[in-house]
Amino acid sequence: MLQGTDRGLRSSVDWTLIGIYLLLVLIGWLNIYASIHTPDMGSPLSFSLRSGKQFVWILTAFALAAIVLFAISPRLWEVLATPGYLMVVVLLVAVIFLGSEHKGSHSWFSVGPISFQPAEISKITTSLLLAAIMSRQGFSLNRRKDFWMVALVLGLPMLIILAENETGSALVYVGMLFVLYREGLPGIVLGLIGLAIVLFILTLKTSVWVSLAVLGVIALLYLWWALRHMRPLSRERRFSLRMLALATVVFAGLVFSTDFAFNKVLQDHQRLRIEVLLGLKDDPHGVGYNVRQSMIAIGSGGFFGKGFTNGTQNTGGFVPEQSTDFIFCTVGEEWGFFGCLMVLVLYGILITRIVRDAEKSREAFTRIYGYCVASCLFMHLFINIGMTIGLMPVIGIPLPMLSYGGSSLWAFTLMIFIFIALSRQEKKYF
Amino acid sequence: MELKRNHKLIIGLWAVIFILLVRLFIIQLVDDSYKRDADNNSMVYHTIYPPRGIVYDRNGEVLVGNRICYDILVTPREVAAFDTLALASALELDTLWIREQMAYYKKYRSRIGWQTLPFVKQVSIEKYMRFAERAYDFPGFRGQVRTVREYPFNAGGNLLGYVSEVNERDMERNPGVYKSGDYIGKTGLEAAREKDLKGEKGYHVFLRDSRNKVQDSYKDGMYDKEAIPGKDIVTTIDAHLQQYGQELMKGKKGSLIAIEPSTGEILAMVSSPCIDVDVLSNMGAHYARLAADPGRPMFNRTVQASYPPGSVFKLVNGLIGMQEGVLEPWYQYPCNKGYYYTKKRKLGCHGHRSPLRLDEAVMMSCNAYFCYVLKNILENPAYPSVDDAFDKWREYVLSFGFGHKLGSDFPSELGGNIPTSKLYDKRYGRGRWRTSNVISLSIGQGEIGATPLQIANLAAIMANRGYYYIPHIVKDSEGLEIDRKYRERHYTMVDTSHFSKVIGGMWKAVNAAPGEGGTAGLAAVPGLDICGKTGTAQNPHGADNSVFICFAPRENPKIAVVGYIENAGWGGSWACPLASLLIEKYLLGETTRPELEKRMMNTVFNVAGN
Repeated sequence: MLQGTDRGLRSSVDWTLIGIYLLLVLIGWLNIYASIHTPDMGSPLSFSLRSGKQFVWILTAFALAAIVLFAISPRLWEVLATPGYLMVVVLLVAVIFLGSEHKGSHSWFSVGPISFQPAEISKITTSLLLAAIMSRQGFSLNRRKDFWMVALVLGLPMLIILAENETGSALVYVGMLFVLYREGLPGIVLGLIGLAIVLFILTLKTSVWVSLAVLGVIALLYLWWALRHMRPLSRERRFSLRMLALATVVFAGLVFSTDFAFNKVLQDHQRLRIEVLLGLKDDPHGVGYNVRQSMIAIGSGGFFGKGFTNGTQNTGGFVPEQSTDFIFCTVGEEWGFFGCLMVLVLYGILITRIVRDAEKSREAFTRIYGYCVASCLFMHLFINIGMTIGLMPVIGIPLPMLSYGGSSLWAFTLMIFIFIALSRQEKKYF
Repeated sequence: MELKRNHKLIIGLWAVIFILLVRLFIIQLVDDSYKRDADNNSMVYHTIYPPRGIVYDRNGEVLVGNRICYDILVTPREVAAFDTLALASALELDTLWIREQMAYYKKYRSRIGWQTLPFVKQVSIEKYMRFAERAYDFPGFRGQVRTVREYPFNAGGNLLGYVSEVNERDMERNPGVYKSGDYIGKTGLEAAREKDLKGEKGYHVFLRDSRNKVQDSYKDGMYDKEAIPGKDIVTTIDAHLQQYGQELMKGKKGSLIAIEPSTGEILAMVSSPCIDVDVLSNMGAHYARLAADPGRPMFNRTVQASYPPGSVFKLVNGLIGMQEGVLEPWYQYPCNKGYYYTKKRKLGCHGHRSPLRLDEAVMMSCNAYFCYVLKNILENPAYPSVDDAFDKWREYVLSFGFGHKLGSDFPSELGGNIPTSKLYDKRYGRGRWRTSNVISLSIGQGEIGATPLQIANLAAIMANRGYYYIPHIVKDSEGLEIDRKYRERHYTMVDTSHFSKVIGGMWKAVNAAPGEGGTAGLAAVPGLDICGKTGTAQNPHGADNSVFICFAPRENPKIAVVGYIENAGWGGSWACPLASLLIEKYLLGETTRPELEKRMMNTVFNVAGN
């Protein structure tokens, strides 16, 4: 059913968003071509090349975007939230048993030449259900029942995906904390999670005792603050001090169990990657090889890069996975710092724009969904680029719109255009 | 004004983007190393391994040489489809193994990247030639020259030591020196002189073109580095003597060491059971078996075993007694088949006439005589207490090279043990012990421990009449100068004039007429003037150890020898003939007593190992 154009496409759709999306897709396609470029390779549209295949993915993604924008009533997404979520959860579990193995994880369904990853779609369905639940009348994160509902909706797919060995995709769900924060989750929770991560790294890099010292200093600072700012004998102060004691004990426990967790819970390849990242192990030929080669490719780019298809490191095949997870290496090598700056700023504007539109929205559903999209994009951006420049462990996760691969391009297209459609609908009626 | 949460989040987003940009700025614009490494990625380094230095014996015979072989390397990214069967037949490999190997490279291709890996190691020249003829059929494979050790003489397995690929501990201990795949000397001379022998690696630099085919030499080899071969080493060992010594020691457990007294150069150093040189060049394949061998062939007894020296130590006590003025060569002491050091307790002796003079006591190895000597030394009224006399005695003993490492250029030398008065103070209480408590020391038993090398050094001291050079196995040679400490004479605290009085007894022990009671008659060789002293050291783990030290000729000695045979019984019956045969071989070139030689070589004690 085609929507009438009461106020016209021009004013109801956020064209800036679409423009940035198109620009990123184009940049991705050019770099996929360049990343495996050899002089006698032939046309970029040749179907034997990844750029040729990606061209088909891009066209189909555009078709998908058009359908979402023009052919589907945005209301449908709200209706589909619960059944969609449940169906994807079933798929997530099924893929563990029925899926084909791909680089050590059971997370892909393969049907002939086409393969797709339920985890990609799960981000969308989880966002939709989250938005549906949190936009209900009277929802409050401070209510226990609501809080646990949200925890369940987020935790269930995350745990299944972890079980599939797709650490990267699971990490993306951590980004949903930003959504919860926007919707009223106390800032202290974000702070405590941040502290937990810092203590974890500190414990592995230095020692248990250094971490405990840092923890002690933070606890003392808080104690000092609480004693100065809260009335003596007030209920508030007693509660604060009790919580402080509890938190300190819990965090000390975390520090002590970190070594254990690190050695027993994480799998060998994950542990090795984190160790290399933290500089605990120098392993230029093993896991560190990927990061080292990736940094060499980016680092050799200089300010303006070596020029389109002139990169030696990516085309030379030194960088692994140079058209998928490490596509940013080609940007860094051939377009230099300037190119990286442009790409990062584009992403920054994209995310800022989504947040702005979400804030403008009069409907909680649209706003919350928008924040989910922004968080997802941010997590992908940070983990992927952080990985290529050695700030994050090597976690396989695509760079939105740039990385080669239909599954991921479709998922991001769907995700972004559902949001554009949702916010467009509002503008249309007001 | 409090910021709204959405604004805080946006600020956070841009802060993260800023951090990423700062990092990018650093690696792209500030830090140059990535550009350099990018260049290095397109350059290919082919390592050139230097041949290790050759080890010669004192007469120019090659003890350890090099044989050329090849490692076959593979760059998996450059491998195109090839005939597995042809490669398998050229290199005599299993086709299945090759397929597994290729599957492995494929599985880890992203991790391997453009690296070159060893495919098969130590391929013989013949096999390599077969491979090289068809090398164009196997793109991505190439050969690399390596050398492996080769041993023309079956002499000195333990002494020479072996070479093997470095392990992680070696690389950690020498940061930056070794890379995986390099060889390092693990034991013996190979380990002790690793720095000289190893040489320096070189490399050729090649450039890859844009299609990653390896092209010509980079800038006509301007940046190539030639390998520098390891330095050759000349040892003091006499290869023929060493080999002969090993044959004599076959089937026996113990040590046989020969030293040139006038220089301290070790002529032969046999530890038995020992490692066959055939095993050395391929230690990896034999290591487990050798380590499990109850005869412990990898254990170098000559410097790593500490034994009681037995009666040969009487010489030391006699010399100390004379230096201290409590013994004169004409002093006579009675022996009633032993020495009663308390009313009821006796240190036994064998049957011989009594009383004896010093030289006779040496010749017949009378226990009682040296009990009196030690008693006179320790209970000398010139010292305030037995403790003081004992410490003085210990000082003398140490000056003979006992109780501390000699400082030989051989690795893992033990120091042995000479007790201090404190040990007995602790055991009996200060002032509450006398000679009778330590009476075994008089005959080289009890708390004394000495390595065969230290006992050989005693033989050299006797030969030199009072001094020694630190025994060593490396000689000065062109481009390699040994430590000056091996050129210094180390005098004992006993005046050189006293030595001749004891040496007379040593000569008689060997050369006295039959029936006179000399203990070392089996060592006598007409015209060689061998002087010796037997020893029979108690061994808590079985039969007595048979010990003999000797040197020859009496004047201007050319060779000093120790034989220390575990569990063989009397010194006179085993160590003595073995040592004398070695002397004969060295001085005359062959034995005048083939019967004895045959009997010695064919006698096998119950010894495990080869």
